Parts: sequence; C-alpha cells; structure tokens
Amino acid sequence: MSKTIEGLRYSEDHEWVKVEGGTALIGITDFAQSSLGDITYADLPEAGDEVEAGEEFGALESVKASSELLSPVSGKVTEVNADLENAPEKINEDPYGTWIIKVELSDPSQVESLMDAAAYEEFTNK
Amino acid sequence: MKYYDKLIFELSKEGRIGYSLRKNGWTASTDSIPAGLRRPVPAALPQVSEVDVVRHYTNLSQMNFGVDTGFYPLGSCTMKYNPKINEEIAGMKGFQSLHPLQPASTVQGALQVYYEMDKSLAELTGMAHFTFNPCAGAHGELTGLMIMRQYHLLRGDLKRTKVIVPDSAHGTNPASAAVCGLDVVVVKSNADGLVDVEDLKPLLGDDVAGIMMTNPNTLGLFEKEILEIAELVHGCGGLLYYDGANMNPLLGVARPGDMGFDILHLNLHKSFSTPHGGGGPGSGPVGVCEKLVPYLPVPRVVKTSAGSFAVIGRAGAGKSNAAKNAEGCSESAGEVSGFLGNFLVILRAYAYILMIGKQNVKLLGKLASLNANYVKEILKDSYKLPIPSVCKHEFVFDGLIDDGASKASDGKGATTLDVAKRLLDYGFHAPTIYFPLLFHQALMIEPTETESKETLDDFIDVMKKIAVEAAETPDLLKTAPHNTPISRPDEVRAARHTILKYQDEETNPN
Repeated sequence: MSKTIEGLRYSEDHEWVKVEGGTALIGITDFAQSSLGDITYADLPEAGDEVEAGEEFGALESVKASSELLSPVSGKVTEVNADLENAPEKINEDPYGTWIIKVELSDPSQVESLMDAAAYEEFTNK
Repeated sequence: MKYYDKLIFELSKEGRIGYSLRKNGWTASTDSIPAGLRRPVPAALPQVSEVDVVRHYTNLSQMNFGVDTGFYPLGSCTMKYNPKINEEIAGMKGFQSLHPLQPASTVQGALQVYYEMDKSLAELTGMAHFTFNPCAGAHGELTGLMIMRQYHLLRGDLKRTKVIVPDSAHGTNPASAAVCGLDVVVVKSNADGLVDVEDLKPLLGDDVAGIMMTNPNTLGLFEKEILEIAELVHGCGGLLYYDGANMNPLLGVARPGDMGFDILHLNLHKSFSTPHGGGGPGSGPVGVCEKLVPYLPVPRVVKTSAGSFAVIGRAGAGKSNAAKNAEGCSESAGEVSGFLGNFLVILRAYAYILMIGKQNVKLLGKLASLNANYVKEILKDSYKLPIPSVCKHEFVFDGLIDDGASKASDGKGATTLDVAKRLLDYGFHAPTIYFPLLFHQALMIEPTETESKETLDDFIDVMKKIAVEAAETPDLLKTAPHNTPISRPDEVRAARHTILKYQDEETNPN
C-alpha cells in the first residue's frame, strides 16, 4: 500500500502540493515513486521559469521508464531542489519529504481544485 | 552455459602482437596536427595475439542468446526465425559486389528486385508504391511524415501541423513527428484498450496533418473502429499513417490500404524475417496511396516502357535539378538516404516472400495470432490478463495473479521483472517488460508464427512453473537468475554511475 499524507493536495498525475504562504512546494507521491521504481535522473527546470498547470516542467528517469513531471499549479519557479542533481534517489527514499520545485502561485485557487488525501487514496485504489 | 567473463584488455601483454610487418621506411610526422588534438599518451589498445582475439570473441559469442539458440517471445519486436536461404541469396557474389553508382544497364537484376518488391509489398498492404530508401523503421516513420508534410505544403495547406498519436503508441511515433517539425497531440484509449473515437472527434480540424496508428495496436488488439476513424480523419482533411511494427498478424489476411491508411512503413526485420540489426543495417520501406506517389523520396526504381529498369531522380553523374524534374520527381519530399537504402536487407526480405509464396502467405498472420491466443488462454489462470478479448499477434499480462507477498522475506511479492529473470534460468529469452506503460507490471508476449506447438507448450509449462514458484517461494524469483553467467546486474548503480569505456579501476577509479 502506498502512503498519503494529510494536509497535502494531490493531482491526478500523482504530484503533491504543499502550500506555504504564497508558495507551493511540489513533489511526487509515494504511489508515483513506487510505480516508477528506482529514479536515476531528474531533468528539472531553472529558477525563474514559468510553469503552467497541467503542463510539463521536467522529467524523471528510472530504470523502467522516463516520466514527465506535470505541474499541478501555475506560477513562477522560485527554487529547484539542487540535491536531486546528484541524489535523485532521495525521491524514492522520502517522497513527501523531498520537494522538487517551489512555485510562486499565480492563482492560489488552483490548489482548491486538487484532491485531498482521502480523495487521492480513493483515486489510486480505483 | 560456459562461463567466460574476461575483457580483452585483461588479456593484454606488453609487446604482444598478432601480425608481422616489414619496417616502415616512410617517416611519419605529426607536427602538422595542432597540439590540442594530439594524444598526450598513446591510446591504451589491447596487445594480444591472433589466437587470443579469436578465442576471446568466440567465447563471448557463445554466451549470446539468439533466435537460432532458443525461443525469443519479445513482445512488439516480432523476433521470427530468419531462414538461412535469405543469407545464401544475400551472399551471392553478383549481389554483393554491386556499386550504387553503376550504370543501370549493368544492374538490371538488382533493380528488378526493387521493382518486384515494390509490387509484392503493394499487393500485401494495399498501397500503390513503395520507397526502399529509409534504413530503419524509425527512419521510415520520419520519411512517411515528410511525405505527409509535403502533401499539405504543396497544396498550400500550411496550417496543418498537428499529428494525432494514441496514448498506447510506440514512443517512436511522437518522436518522429517532433523531428519532422510537427506538433504531437495525444488521443486516449478507451476501457477496451482501443482508440477512443469520442476523444478523437474534438481533436479534429483544419490544423490536423494526420493520425499515426498501429493496427493491431500495442496491446495486440485490433482497432475495430478503424473505418470510422479513417472517415473522420479524412473528413477533416488529414491523412492516416500506419506504423507497420504490428503488420505481422495482418499478413495475407487484411491490408492497411483497404482500411483507409494513406502512408505506411514496414519493418523488414520484423514481418519479413531479415536480421534484427543491433543498430543496423536495417530497412524501413514506406508505401503510399496513389495520390501521394509524386511525393515519394528520390531516387526511385521504375520500369521503362521498353521493359527495362531505370533509376529516376538520382543525384549522381552531374545531373541537374532540371534533369531530375524532367523525370517527374519535382514534387518529391527529397532524399532521405544515399542511393536506394540497404539493398542486401531488401534482398533477404524478397527471398523470404518468394519462399513463402502466394499460396502460403495467408497462413502467416493467422498462425501468428493463433500462437499468441494459445499461450494467452492457457496462462491467464496464472497471470493477470487486463484486457480479456481475442488478441492478434501479441498480448499483455499485468503481472502475477499470486505474487507470493505473504511468503516473501521482505513482504514484497514477485514482480514482472522477477518472472523475466527466472525465465532465463529455464533457457528462454525474457519477454518485453514494463511496456506498454498503460499497465504497471506489463509483460508482453509475442510468439510469432515460426514456433511449433511443442516449443509453445515448453514455454507455457515453464511460465506455469514460475507462477507456482512465485506463490510458494517468491525469494527464489527475486534472486534469479541463478544459472546464467551473470546473475542480476545492479541496474540502478549502472544508470546512476555510468562508465561507458574501459578504464583501469586501480589507476582511474570513478
């Protein structure tokens, strides 16, 4: 069984969002990391890039496949997790403790349309 | 299997050579080479005798698994047996010693092979004419899309930049479209694993260049709505592209041209029994319907009114563009390779088609489908079958029904990867795994028509045995293979810390 965490919001593409003030931390869920398998490379945007809800902002490569990262929200990337360049396995080890990018929300209401933990759990069990 | 794990560098002994030459009387100078481009130290080439080299590579070759040594049920790849007559024909001196710039009058036989192949493939697929210039399947895809783009461009229909690709498509389809400068739009599959016609309709419009499909699709399922899809796409002015990767089950039974496809490529190494090249040489001929013939790449082989064979649109021999245009090639999508593709591969496929003969070609697709369904129906009691309908040449399981999680030492059950590794212990090549991406534990099996019922029964017995092992002793699978020269390489470490060339680990550790 994959884990979910209360208080985070979830997208159908298996990303999680944690809101801190006007900023969203974005990572991938436990379900996503376990489906992908061992992640070997993270292709990430740069601080200052604009991301669009539903659009690709990077990709994760695992031994099984390469998978696009789709942003659940729109806004400007303020920070990229530099640890992932040399240690992408951190996403496997601690998916909810490892944010991938921080985004300054251009439309905070987008977060409301994402799933809560219970809804996401039901979504992945389908 | 004999164990051999040496690198040729480990055999190297200072000063050992495999030849004896007279001393070179010429003085060679490297002075004119800029300092930055010169090696500071000589290349670390292995120093070995001839017999060392021969034994080294012969030993390595004996560790190979090939379709000549065992069953190779690699889904989506059509690893059918390559008859030896193909090699015998391709080895004939008259074919081997040709030069692509020889005058046409001196290579009439070879040109006739192109002409006859064009006719044979046209009849098998329902297309008008083929180009044999693309040197691989993906090269054929790019060529096909260049033809599609040329068709729209020359009509002045410049808005058409969208290529629709199903979410179950081979990864090469969107990649080829992107390389051709077109935009990829994805159409979803429905619950039956087929293109969702309702999802397709809103994507259609005057900006659509065409749709790329395989039929049967990547799940081995026949796209039953293909006639409606063709009508819809043609209705909005788009073209239909057929990816011939899955042509095998249709051979002699159904033709993409009759389904409404305008352009297709074939993989001669799949459906027509030429070697899987390991990177080449390959062949991906592209066929088109009548209205697209003017856009085929140059050069092309045609039959003249006098009954001989000629090459038109050939760049060689100082021919001007005007001269090429005079040969009726002015609308061509251009040149996609030097000359006329990989002739000896095309020749092997020609030998295969002649050997099968018109009377037997009808059996190919039927036997390929029968073999796949036979294996699927027996094994579906042990492996999850996500889409239970009748398949064509291949099918996809979604992992084990009982993965033995409760009996595993770490509580995690055996996966598709573990099943694939265990198959190696029993002397079978593993099927395709974790593709297509629609299922998390995908295990994709394609037996092809060349296997006997006895071989299929052996494979089925082993797959059943592995399912029982998974349920009872999952750890046995999770540490497999146990009987191969190398057991389970650390894929993750290899991917994260890539070393692509030989280096001495003591003097140059990384």
